[in-house]
Amino acid sequence: MLHLGSLTFETTGLLGASKEGGALAARGFPAWLTIPSYQDLAAGRRWHFFFAWLFAINGAVYLVAGLVSRHFRRDLLPTTTELAPGHLAHEVVTHAKLQFPKGEAARRYNVLQKLSYMGVAFVLLPLMVLTGLTMSPGMDSAFHVLLDIFGGRPSARSIHFICASLLVAFVVVHIVMVLVSGVWNNLRSMITGKYAIEVDGGAQ
Amino acid sequence: MNPNVKFKADRMTPFQARRKWLTAFAAGAGSLALAGCDRAVENPRIDATLRSAEKLTLASQRLILQHQPLAKEYGERDLSPVFRANGSMMPQSKEYARLLQGKFVDWRLQVDGLVQRPQALSLAQLKAMKARTQITRHDCVEGWSAIGKWQGVPLSQVLDLAGLKPGARYVIFHCADDLGETGDDAGLYYESIDLLDAYHPQTILAYGMNGQDLPVAHGAPLRLRIERQLGYKQAKYVNRIEVADAYSHLNGGKGGFWEDRGYEWYAGI
Repeated sequence: MLHLGSLTFETTGLLGASKEGGALAARGFPAWLTIPSYQDLAAGRRWHFFFAWLFAINGAVYLVAGLVSRHFRRDLLPTTTELAPGHLAHEVVTHAKLQFPKGEAARRYNVLQKLSYMGVAFVLLPLMVLTGLTMSPGMDSAFHVLLDIFGGRPSARSIHFICASLLVAFVVVHIVMVLVSGVWNNLRSMITGKYAIEVDGGAQ
Repeated sequence: MNPNVKFKADRMTPFQARRKWLTAFAAGAGSLALAGCDRAVENPRIDATLRSAEKLTLASQRLILQHQPLAKEYGERDLSPVFRANGSMMPQSKEYARLLQGKFVDWRLQVDGLVQRPQALSLAQLKAMKARTQITRHDCVEGWSAIGKWQGVPLSQVLDLAGLKPGARYVIFHCADDLGETGDDAGLYYESIDLLDAYHPQTILAYGMNGQDLPVAHGAPLRLRIERQLGYKQAKYVNRIEVADAYSHLNGGKGGFWEDRGYEWYAGI
């Protein structure tokens, strides 16, 4: 159970304690959310570090390709007009109402997309790598500065966990938006490049 | 799918039946995915693929650490108020109890294997050698850290005293604690490191902690401090150092108590 002031939340089954092979066990996350389902730190570390390498290499290729092809500058960098408070507020309201852009505007990322993609690509993902490396005693010996940046190994671990949670939240919101903004059109455009644009006053 | 789920569609509206089917399907798919993940974890070929990343980690860290940088050393004010003890807290053997009662006067550190001059060093002899004191961070594989002050003799001095023979590649630490609780030698704690780490200036055989004799819970009378690697490499209750050309002949063959139980031999990450 989680106590926040006078509030109490029942967390059994999700955090702190959940079923493991039929019996309630003390564990951080429930069995269906972890690899493996049972507690095996050594195996968990092998999965973690294998995919950490894949993630770091893939991320490096993505960043270099995005810079060289000017993809970031062309598609992700918000313009000053987009960053004006009035425009931002307007985007937040239309987003919340699930009103998606039509016509020419549908071809480009809107400013909320740009900001969240940039936040993920340039803040969260690099932080994942750097805070992860800060937890390595070997890397800390080579780069003491990592400890100065993140305030030591325990706080690097907290930041690592917070960033991971934010990434999960991003993925959830991202997938929901893909679904509600026209899933077949979105999926087709990802694979074939053909994207149907709705024009005000009727279909194109 | 759970075979016990029976559909009594005649007693339910089609909507109820569909909802029940969807629930059962979701539960079935969930447990199938869960079982699938566990099967993947236990699949030897997948495990071997995952283990290949360890070689990449070792090679990269060796490249980055080739100039033998020192692990960060802290000040007295950074010492952890409570330094958690993990693993064995008190070796169970009668021999250890006898040595502890005698304040380790009769205790000896054996140094043998591929050495020119095998040694049996007393605690007094070790304390008479040139000491190094370092305040460093201990990083447990479980995620927690603690900062402690360690005093001891650099391993390089002990190895030089014994003199390495050609072919020496690894230093193996044999310990007094039966962490595996097998009651025979198979459960005894042990660890191994290579000569690169053995000759690192911060690799010491510590007999003092936080300005006092090493407490029993932390490995009295002698433990390894190999900064730049995780806690399970810091073997406690060390009573024999074996220099060898390999570690595959020992117990599980993976070079250490926890290594035999799935953890990486190189614990720099």
